[in-house]
Amino acid sequence: MTLLWIALLPLLGVLVPLITAQRDRSVCSLATSVVPAAALLLTLLQVPALLDGETLRFHAEWMPELGLELAFRLDGLSLLFNLLILGIGLLVLLYAHFYLGKDEPVGRFYAFLMLFMASMVGISMSDNLILLWLFWELTSLSSFLLIGFWSYRNDARKGARMALTVTGAGGLALLAGLLLLGDMAGSFNMSDVLASGATIVADPRYPIMLALILLGAFTKSAQFPFHFWLPHAMAAPTPVSAYLHSATMVKAGIFLMARLHPAIAGSELWSVVVPLIGSITLLYGAWFALFKTDLKGILAFSTISHLGLITVLLGIGTPMAVLAALFHIVNHATFKAALFMSAGIIDHETGTRELKQLGALRKTMPITALLTTLAAAAMAGVPFFNGFLSKEMFFTETLATPVLGGLSWLIPALAAIGGILSVAYSVRLVYAVFYAPAKEASPKAPHEPPHLMRFPVELLVVLCMLVGLFPTLMVNNLLELATQAVLGEPLDFHLAIWHGVNLPLIMSMVAFVVGVVLYWRHADLRRFAQSFASVDASRVFERAMISLEQRAEALVAAWDGHSLQRFVGWLLLSTLIMGVIGLSQITELTGPKGNQPIDGVLLLGAGMLMFGGIATAATHRYRLISLLMLSVVGLFVALTFARFSAPDLALTQLSVEVVTMILLMLALFFLPQKTPPESSPKRNLRDMLLAGSLGLVIASINYAVMTRDTLSISNFFMTNSVPGGGGHNVVNVILVDFRGFDTLGEITVLALAGLAIFKLLNRLRLFIPHSDGEGRVWSPDRYPAILTSISLALLPLALLVSAFIFLRGHNEPGGGFIAGLITAVALILLYMARGVEWTQQRLNFPFQPVAIAGVAVATLTGLGSWLFGYPFLTSAFSYFSLPVVGKFELATALLFDLGVYLAVVGATLMILANLGKVTTAHRPVADESKDDEVTPPPAKEQS
Amino acid sequence: MELLYAITTGVLSTCGLYLTLRGRTFPVVVGLTLLSYAVNLFLFSMGGLTTDGAAIVHGEGVYADPLPQALVLTAIVIGFAMTAFVVILAMRARSEVGNDHVDGKKEDRE
Repeated sequence: MTLLWIALLPLLGVLVPLITAQRDRSVCSLATSVVPAAALLLTLLQVPALLDGETLRFHAEWMPELGLELAFRLDGLSLLFNLLILGIGLLVLLYAHFYLGKDEPVGRFYAFLMLFMASMVGISMSDNLILLWLFWELTSLSSFLLIGFWSYRNDARKGARMALTVTGAGGLALLAGLLLLGDMAGSFNMSDVLASGATIVADPRYPIMLALILLGAFTKSAQFPFHFWLPHAMAAPTPVSAYLHSATMVKAGIFLMARLHPAIAGSELWSVVVPLIGSITLLYGAWFALFKTDLKGILAFSTISHLGLITVLLGIGTPMAVLAALFHIVNHATFKAALFMSAGIIDHETGTRELKQLGALRKTMPITALLTTLAAAAMAGVPFFNGFLSKEMFFTETLATPVLGGLSWLIPALAAIGGILSVAYSVRLVYAVFYAPAKEASPKAPHEPPHLMRFPVELLVVLCMLVGLFPTLMVNNLLELATQAVLGEPLDFHLAIWHGVNLPLIMSMVAFVVGVVLYWRHADLRRFAQSFASVDASRVFERAMISLEQRAEALVAAWDGHSLQRFVGWLLLSTLIMGVIGLSQITELTGPKGNQPIDGVLLLGAGMLMFGGIATAATHRYRLISLLMLSVVGLFVALTFARFSAPDLALTQLSVEVVTMILLMLALFFLPQKTPPESSPKRNLRDMLLAGSLGLVIASINYAVMTRDTLSISNFFMTNSVPGGGGHNVVNVILVDFRGFDTLGEITVLALAGLAIFKLLNRLRLFIPHSDGEGRVWSPDRYPAILTSISLALLPLALLVSAFIFLRGHNEPGGGFIAGLITAVALILLYMARGVEWTQQRLNFPFQPVAIAGVAVATLTGLGSWLFGYPFLTSAFSYFSLPVVGKFELATALLFDLGVYLAVVGATLMILANLGKVTTAHRPVADESKDDEVTPPPAKEQS
Repeated sequence: MELLYAITTGVLSTCGLYLTLRGRTFPVVVGLTLLSYAVNLFLFSMGGLTTDGAAIVHGEGVYADPLPQALVLTAIVIGFAMTAFVVILAMRARSEVGNDHVDGKKEDRE
């Protein structure tokens, strides 16, 4: 349970700054920092158990069939990362408190930061591949928000987008890779996966899986050639850079490689590809760090370089190399966070990060100068700093590795060059900013920052030195646990400052001397570097994105030309092809059941249906006539249902037909009455052919199915309807009981459609026609007298019928749908006969709540069965008897049906009454003050 | 009887599909409604055509398959909601774009 809390606390912490954002900033910062502090404390409390050799796990089933589970683990590796994520996270919170400007939305910033922290902790503790991926994606999204925090800045938006594109694409590759990995291992549980390394490496799909997972890791950890997003992410506020690019985001890829090390690292492919990519990244980053003139730019490229270094070590993969990699993760996180924060302080107090405008800050910012110098010394690998120790180990391992066969000397050589460059850029960073005189004046007069803002840097620098001086005391236990988690067995090692004069030490010494010389001859070097054409990664990237968009656009345009007609045409054509393929698989169209005899009534009905259909299509340019023809089809469809033993359907179809026709008539009022002749005869012929062939396919399939015996699951419903559902009308019992969940979904859709229409009608500007299509003015007789007088008398009768139909629905044809439609029709008749104003005065309530209440009643009925310990929507029924009425049945299904009834009435009236209201709004009214944007047509004034 | 039924379904689908390929919103909406009639008839017939066998169970007997009926019943109601949505979308499109062409482009093609 504790593990779950560690993972959940930061996630809950997202809410804290949002709640406290209105308060004073100190309150908000303090309240927010309580959360990671608690998570950190909980993590630390687990250390004794870990030291006893336990691996802590939390496990809850989620969807076991799919291998999904909510599973967390805490082993040495997770511990190491949790300490970095939460510890440095706390420092960053403190730092950000001072860094952000007075007017900046600090609550939002903290919320993003906490979200990011939560996703990182999730990655570090996931004990399931899919869960890990989920958190991985969450880091991509939350880092997008963080990098783009200053969203008014163009470079921030571009940088955020680039980071999201690169890491997001990597995330997709990673998902594919993890799915493959889980398939190979036979489980998505991390422990199972880690245990089946031999099987995985032997699998023929291993290279593909490895490539996909490495794509994910390399994009995240900014390895060459995916490194380019990292420098552009420097547009983020400095606390973000200090967090994302020292301890967290970019370390996620490294973490993944370390976490999956036992499962995927045991192959030759791994030990060639990973060190190679790592060395290229190491050199590339270090070289460009030497020439950047932006303080954060230097740090960004140096980060790339150090990530390359760790990747090389993980690629080499020997126990000592893994140890060195983990050690360097810790060291890099501490000194790089300190350096980023110093860079932020300098930026904050001088107003610039350009090296040109900085210089001689030692005089004005002595303490910051000292701290930065010490942190940079750790970065350069000066003895007695933590960076020195892991760099020595790095040199040792590169010397020992045989991964490239005869070319293995290449790796230490590259490592040495990397070391030289690293010294050179570290010296440059410190010397140019603090000691050399400035070339130009900085925008602000520099001074020391508030002491608390400097505190995180001080703490980190002290840590760098303590680890450098007393490595065994400081980190031995932590590294022991972490290496054991990665390697699966304890490793016996000794961290020492002095190993005697050996080759690694000589390499370090050479690196120092040559590095300093390089900086001394920096001007020459720069001239040399400038002789190569430089490539702006952001330009290349933007151009690639734009060209991708254009190509996609061109492809779509060539396909459907942004025309719905062509789009529908393609859709129908592909349906046709698939239908034909399907049909060609059966040998005989007529099945064994054969035909039933035809009689005259059937022939007449079919004839009317076909006539109606063809007439609708033929007269479509004369819309009103076409609509009348459509209603013929609708009525005969209802009759067809009645003829073939479906009274419920016949009733439903009939009432829906009425409302549909009213709806379409109302709509037609606002649309052109005629369709201009547009399509060429050729096009018409083509459409006819397409539609005709599809019609043939549909008819053939229909015929083939009807003449065959089908295996239906309905027998279950037929036999269980009365004993299980307590109703004789099986259709209704299916709707409200057996498949009640589907019905609930359907009425929800209905209510949503009603709400959507309500919104669509909002502030709709309409063209009110003065006359019909023929130029005749509307009849002045708005409300026919007969209809007006009948409608009132009909209303109670119709409501009575609908109540009757509703109540008997469980046993006889009827039910909530039909009753609801009848009620709706009765009310609409009133609207039609008396007009909207008249009806509204008497029926003055909105229909939205009715529809929503309907869905709510149905849902609550379903939930009610939970109270009695049954699954959702279990129905109960019992028989009662009353004098006069006799024996009758009450079922919870009736309550559910009531929900259906309300939803149908609400949604239908919401649609029609609101549409009707639109017509009225534009009609002349007595009150002249009502000012409509559409001038009322003169023809209306007679009414 | 089955053949006649199938032909009717086919003819109605053809007319509906032809109308959905038109260039103006209203015929397309009418076409969709017509098509949904055809589809409902098609779905309904999946349980076979039964005469005088409404699925109101009282003891043994030949009953129509209730499952396609239940499906079609909700399909009819949802079909109405969707027709309403589309037709009001068409009205909205006309008021925003100024014409009732299905491609929803500003320039009037008339």
